[in-house]
Amino acid sequence: MPRITINNQVHDIPWEGRNLLEVCLDLGYDVPYFCWHPAMHSVGACRQCAVKQFRDEHDTQGRIVMACMTPATDGTIISTDDPEAVAFRRSVAEWLMVNHPHDCPVCDEGGECHLQDMTVMAGHNYRRYRFTKRTFRNQDLGPFLNHEMNRCIQCYRCTRFYRGYAGGRDFEVLGWHDHVYFGRAADGPLESEFSGNLVEVCPTGVFTDKTLKEHYTRKWDLQTAPSICVHCGLGCNIIAGERYGVLRCIRSRYNDQVNGYFLCDRGRFGYGFVNDEERIRQPLIRNERGELEPCTIEEALWKTSSILRHGRAIGIGSPRASLEANFSLRYLVGEENFHHGMSGRSYQLVREMLAILQQGPAPAASMSAVAQGDAALLLGEDVTNVAPMLGLALRQNILRQPTREALRLPIHEYEDSAIHEAIQVGRGPLYIATPDVTRLDEETPNTYRAAPQDIARFGFAVAHAIDPAAPEVTALPAAVQETAARCAQDLLTSLHPVIVSGFTCGHPDVIHAAANVAWALRRRGKPADLCFTVPECNSLGVALLGGESLNAALQAVRDGTADTVVILENDIIRQMDVDLAEELLERAQHVIVLDHLPSPTTDYADIVLPAATFAESQGTLVNNEGRAQRFLPVFVPQGDVRDSWRWLGDIMVMNGQRGCETWCHLTGVMRLMAETVPALTGVTEITPPPDFRLVGQKIPRQPHRYSGRTAIHADRTVHEPRPPEEVDAPLAYSMEGYPGQPPASLIPRFWAPGWNSGQAVNRYQSHIGGPLKGDSGGVRLIEPPPEAAITYFDHIPDAFVPREDALLVMPDYLIFGSEPLSARSPAIAARTPRPYLGLAPKDMERLGAEEGQVVALLVTGTCYHLPVVARPALPRGVAMLPAGLGNMVALGLPQWGHIEVKREVWD
Amino acid sequence: MLSDTERQEIEREIVHYPRARAAVAEALMVVQRHRGWVSDEAVRDVAALLEMTPDEVEGIATFYSMVFRQPVGRHIIHLCDSVSCWIMGQETLLEHLQRKLGIGFGETTADRRFTLIPAGCLGACDLAPVMRVDDDLYGHLTPAKLDEILERYP
Ligand code: SF4
Ligand code: SF4
Ligand code: FES
Ligand code: FES
Repeated sequence: MPRITINNQVHDIPWEGRNLLEVCLDLGYDVPYFCWHPAMHSVGACRQCAVKQFRDEHDTQGRIVMACMTPATDGTIISTDDPEAVAFRRSVAEWLMVNHPHDCPVCDEGGECHLQDMTVMAGHNYRRYRFTKRTFRNQDLGPFLNHEMNRCIQCYRCTRFYRGYAGGRDFEVLGWHDHVYFGRAADGPLESEFSGNLVEVCPTGVFTDKTLKEHYTRKWDLQTAPSICVHCGLGCNIIAGERYGVLRCIRSRYNDQVNGYFLCDRGRFGYGFVNDEERIRQPLIRNERGELEPCTIEEALWKTSSILRHGRAIGIGSPRASLEANFSLRYLVGEENFHHGMSGRSYQLVREMLAILQQGPAPAASMSAVAQGDAALLLGEDVTNVAPMLGLALRQNILRQPTREALRLPIHEYEDSAIHEAIQVGRGPLYIATPDVTRLDEETPNTYRAAPQDIARFGFAVAHAIDPAAPEVTALPAAVQETAARCAQDLLTSLHPVIVSGFTCGHPDVIHAAANVAWALRRRGKPADLCFTVPECNSLGVALLGGESLNAALQAVRDGTADTVVILENDIIRQMDVDLAEELLERAQHVIVLDHLPSPTTDYADIVLPAATFAESQGTLVNNEGRAQRFLPVFVPQGDVRDSWRWLGDIMVMNGQRGCETWCHLTGVMRLMAETVPALTGVTEITPPPDFRLVGQKIPRQPHRYSGRTAIHADRTVHEPRPPEEVDAPLAYSMEGYPGQPPASLIPRFWAPGWNSGQAVNRYQSHIGGPLKGDSGGVRLIEPPPEAAITYFDHIPDAFVPREDALLVMPDYLIFGSEPLSARSPAIAARTPRPYLGLAPKDMERLGAEEGQVVALLVTGTCYHLPVVARPALPRGVAMLPAGLGNMVALGLPQWGHIEVKREVWD
Repeated sequence: MLSDTERQEIEREIVHYPRARAAVAEALMVVQRHRGWVSDEAVRDVAALLEMTPDEVEGIATFYSMVFRQPVGRHIIHLCDSVSCWIMGQETLLEHLQRKLGIGFGETTADRRFTLIPAGCLGACDLAPVMRVDDDLYGHLTPAKLDEILERYP
């Protein structure tokens, strides 16, 4: 254990190979820094982290070193408060501020600005510079980010994140000397799916959140709570901020196992749906004229409960609603009448994944395991569009092997520029088998474009090449066979391979092939992990809860066993074929829908109950890895909006249903659920119970500087209103409460004295880059059994044969547009492309269709008129339809579709 | 669009490197030799040829002060404004030049004959004060000498 001395204090530090800055921050010393970032490490560019190092205890002179570039080795002696070091740091801050406009009052970063914090910490209080400052023209970077270059202090963090960490290429350092500019060659939206992280990566107000500007509020005026992103199946941890009933911004909430420090742009900017003007805020009942009209809560409850009392009801749950809401519905209608709200097809896929993870020997990879892995095979998934942060994790995975190589040189792991210099274009093995190009293609020469069946066959061939006991694929083209053999070899020579697959191919065989590969590797002694993408934020959770599919629900209504349908937070018209969904809704005598926003499904409802969104309610979601995580309410919604579980509980109470008293409190529901469903036993452990107190106090959602509390309602009353009561969580809607650090799962915001920006997370981690203090980061519900036997899947599909009369229409998932809730958010909508149909050039030729020409596509019972876009890489016989844009089906694909070429051209 | 000659010259540079993009500085100089400066369009064309993004080429183009991203005059005067030259009287020279040509740093004379650009040490401090006109270096400058030298560049 290295022993080091800081300011005459002796510290034993757990391991070697770290730099002094990290060690100082771990130990709670305030050393200011700019260019160092915990995920991107050190470059020694800003000179802000200077400390004094002494040769030994006789050295009285010492010398200034950069803490971030100096290893903390045994016997190191440093001083952070040496007068020379202090003076040095002060002048560094001063010169970094020379061109800064000192415009904090009008800067969106103010109040959560690392530059403010560090300037204060470095002791630069008075400006002496009296000369002209250089000024820049800012760029329009699209709907997500503001750009205010005059505030730049040239720390280079933005480009190191954007290019080095996230692989973006449309952003650069321009100019030189006093005119260093961080931007694009020309105005235009930043192309990286992770651009929003610049808001948090940039220590100054150069990059700020443009969506927040629409309804700007300072951090100290935001009411915040820990939450979970609902916009894909990965379950990234977020902090959501509200004021005056408006959700104003999403920030990343550090979780070392899941999203680390970052978020994708869908997750960060997709929150607008919560503030949507069309939000359902009152219960609605269909009147005699057939229109939905508002009614009171009592009326709605009375009507609903009486329908349920007299009818034969089934429940349709939702893969985007919490476990608690789904469980409440299941309890209301009875287990045998509960449907999980997925189509038969998507449920089958999720079930397969679940079974593979529950029974096979390969565990589900957390995102950090993916990033820590050193080789990857992607079967069927364009991850950056489907589960974006997985793409960011894979970008780290492929640097692992070259980094290991580089570390044979005399450099430290934290020396970022040295490592990048040594790596150059080196990349670890990444194999991508998908129908069309993906955003990760530029990182690998190993891509294979094929239809789902052929992707599965490729996967099976890889598995067989790894372990001859895995079934063999016959009649594979030589080139594919060769790639499979190479892939097998690369996976076998890696230390920690990750096999990624998922739902987008819509083919169980693809998932089986992924399992075979991972299991074959396990048999050969490689600790291979599996990583599956799932369609929605709680797909796996709902699958653990069980229930029947939507097709079974339709059957129940058809044969009359059910006449009433209760639909929970689900637009079932998106989940299944439109005509089947419509049949279900039309046949049912009573349709009761709980949801946030009007949808094609609510159009069929007799009663609509306004359901709270993630930001207004509490619940548990299970991500693609089987990790159960809790989101807590940020604010109390306006109108009659309430948690779905509460609506359902109140209906039970009205009907005097046995056990309904449990529904008074969420904890009761959670406990009952954990007792009833063995797979969910762990969920009660995620957050401390509602009666948890620290020094007798709750944890305040509002910062201690929250302003205007007594003035907010001054136009109506001078009395300060009573804050809303919170009974279901140990958080308070107030600025009063425990001022220190709460347990990790309850952290409403990262803040520490002297650290107002999100970088205060340093103070919450057990060590830099490690878990938050005292936290599990969620509870993993699925682990492989100890002695899992391997039974290889042996159904190998036939090779894909293109048809003359039809095309296999595949869903083209888009980060912006395919997920319905985020798609309603203005910033995301601005980045959503217009609908199109992607065709292989050969098929265009055969059909006589030109680029841009509008063709009619008949698929899943619907006719779409779409302009053709040439997709040169697409295999013949396969077409790409953007998933979920407008009224487009997503989860029903792939299916055979028919195309008719028309004459007119898209305007 | 790059001319055939430009393209060929750039391709001759590319073969010296393991990756095309390593030749970006040379490629920009090829374009500049032919056109006097590098336009936005040329940045995009060079990017396409070297499999780079325009942003990446722009990063290089704006880093090197010898790459001109604006049209310049027929002759370029690089007047050193670094320490040694400054000590040896660069300021007087600059004043003289500015008066004589009617332009400041970064500007071009109306007749497009000269563009005046500062240079951070031309590596000839022993001859300070120093300037470069096109590819020729001149040291131990005085205002009189300056006048005489500029006459050589019509
Ligand atoms: S823009 Fe921000 S992150 Fe980039 S160099 Fe300037 S201060 Fe640093
Ligand atoms: S990757 Fe998924 S869960 Fe994570 S921020 Fe993006 S949309 Fe949200
Ligand atoms: S943080 Fe150490 S030099 Fe910038
Ligand atoms: S300072 Fe002018 S040449 Fe060096």
